[in-house]
Amino acid sequence: MKELKLMKGNEAAAEGAIRAGADGYFGYPITPQSEVMEYLMAEQPEKRTGMVVLQAESELAAINMVYGAASTGKKAMTSSSSPGISLMQEGISYLAGAELPCLILNVVRGGPGLGTIQPSQADYFQSTKGGGHGDYRLIVLAPSSVQEMFDFAFLGFDLAFKYRNPVLMLSDGLIGQMMEKVELREQLPRTTYFDRSWTLTGKPDGQERNIVTSLDLDASRQEVHNQHLQEKYRKCQANEVRYELLNTEDAEYLFVAYGSSARICQKAIQLGREEGIKIGLLRPITLWPYPAKPLAELAPGMKGILSVEQSAGQMVEDVRLSVGCGVHIEHFGRMGGMIPTPEEVLENLKKLLITK
Amino acid sequence: MDIKDIIKPENLVYQKTPLMTDKPLSYCPGCGHGTAHRILMEVIEEMGIQSETIGVAPVGCSVLAYDFMNVDMVGASHGRAPAVATGIKRCWPEKFVYTYQGDGDLAAIGTAETIHACNRGENITIIFINNGIYGMTGGQMAPTTLKGMKTSTSPYGRDIETMGNPLKMTELVAQLPGTCYVTRQSVHSPRNVRRAKKAIRTAFESQKGKKGTSLVEIVSNCNSGWKLEPVAANDWMVENMFPFFPLGDIKVDGKLVNNQ
Repeated sequence: MKELKLMKGNEAAAEGAIRAGADGYFGYPITPQSEVMEYLMAEQPEKRTGMVVLQAESELAAINMVYGAASTGKKAMTSSSSPGISLMQEGISYLAGAELPCLILNVVRGGPGLGTIQPSQADYFQSTKGGGHGDYRLIVLAPSSVQEMFDFAFLGFDLAFKYRNPVLMLSDGLIGQMMEKVELREQLPRTTYFDRSWTLTGKPDGQERNIVTSLDLDASRQEVHNQHLQEKYRKCQANEVRYELLNTEDAEYLFVAYGSSARICQKAIQLGREEGIKIGLLRPITLWPYPAKPLAELAPGMKGILSVEQSAGQMVEDVRLSVGCGVHIEHFGRMGGMIPTPEEVLENLKKLLITK
Repeated sequence: MDIKDIIKPENLVYQKTPLMTDKPLSYCPGCGHGTAHRILMEVIEEMGIQSETIGVAPVGCSVLAYDFMNVDMVGASHGRAPAVATGIKRCWPEKFVYTYQGDGDLAAIGTAETIHACNRGENITIIFINNGIYGMTGGQMAPTTLKGMKTSTSPYGRDIETMGNPLKMTELVAQLPGTCYVTRQSVHSPRNVRRAKKAIRTAFESQKGKKGTSLVEIVSNCNSGWKLEPVAANDWMVENMFPFFPLGDIKVDGKLVNNQ
């Protein structure tokens, strides 16, 4: 018997975290993602699973609480929106450097600065190209439905622990705030096994103590650590690329879009096909590692590619890097919290790729 | 009598706690950190809680505290140790969790984390080493630098009008209902070392009793940063630091002591 529920994206992420067996959530209120912590506080997961929920004094404190919990092998999560995620970047760099698993949800709003509270996808660079200091990568998942907000809590924790690396769920205000039907999964147990090769659980008698840190003042050892991280990221690139194709079999034009933009493109494809324009969609599900190979294989058959993002054109750089020369690639996007309509997207495909 | 006849277990009156590793301390000769580390580890040994203890190291001179303290430890980013400790303790309420922080870490960049962890009454122990200076980075002005005190960023002495006042963080957190035991100690004499150790024990016993946040400030020296020889640094500390940062208990069992 399926367990179905009508939920907001933010609520689905919170319920997903509980059911994925999260041990702790640490957050700070910010629009448009406050429902995550509100839902958790109302739901009282302490009583359901023993998961702890704490409202921190700042995003700085929240990400460092996650760091502390993660250092003990617990499944820890935080969520925020763009300005708050910017504040967390130091902590995220430390988590990546110390190789700690955790789940971070960014329900992106318009920027820069305090920006707006409306949806945006302008945090793509920050999410996929670094964000904090040092050579590190996050595994970045881009949900495009409320169902995926729920499901990616499970996938996110799985990948975080598989690679001992922070996983970022890059959503946006549209996916976070809209309501859709969600098929809920069964409750997973909370963490019961703690791998003494790295977790801090108190030094057992007769065993070595564990130290969790990103610091090594010896440059030659720090380089070896960096090489190890890069090797891990290469494994990630080889094994964890996820994407979805829609109507690409006969397509002459291709949209590349993730998250809410992918949803808008679905409708634009339908409108275009009614006019006889054969459009398909490649939707990256992992923004890092980026689905460069499938995109490169698809691109030569296309008359043109339109990268649709709610930004000034950030992901389009990865589209160009993936495809190279020879295929006409353009970007279309709205900024500052404005959401393009499907008609607008189709119009721009015609203007930028067909009539020129 | 051969020396081997003297060195026998039954003749042993003192030995280094096994909770201190054999790694040579990276602190300057004369610095109080080594003594503070030792008494902290001795308390954990005497309470028999090594296997249940998780420590949080700060950024500052004691950034490498985990090299010397033989317990599970995590290195926090600058100032965030109380938040890191909160994350650990909330997930492992049965463990003993402590932070070990300097004045710049605890009372400048980490002010918010310190106050809010104390205000929530996180059941952790904070060991606060206050030497009135940033030692690690080469002797810059700290939030606890005394009025008129010369540092590399207050080369003409701390000017209160432009640089602000030294901060009494320990008195400040004692006002918060979340703290149960707040005290200020030092480790410059055998008597004070014994008192400081007793205070750390009280702090960990408070944690065991789930009484709230316990904070032990240790006023310490920084002979390198203060540009004084070790003995002179201790004398200077007694003459100048103690009048502004008086030693003694500030809050015991959740109650303020002596009209604090």
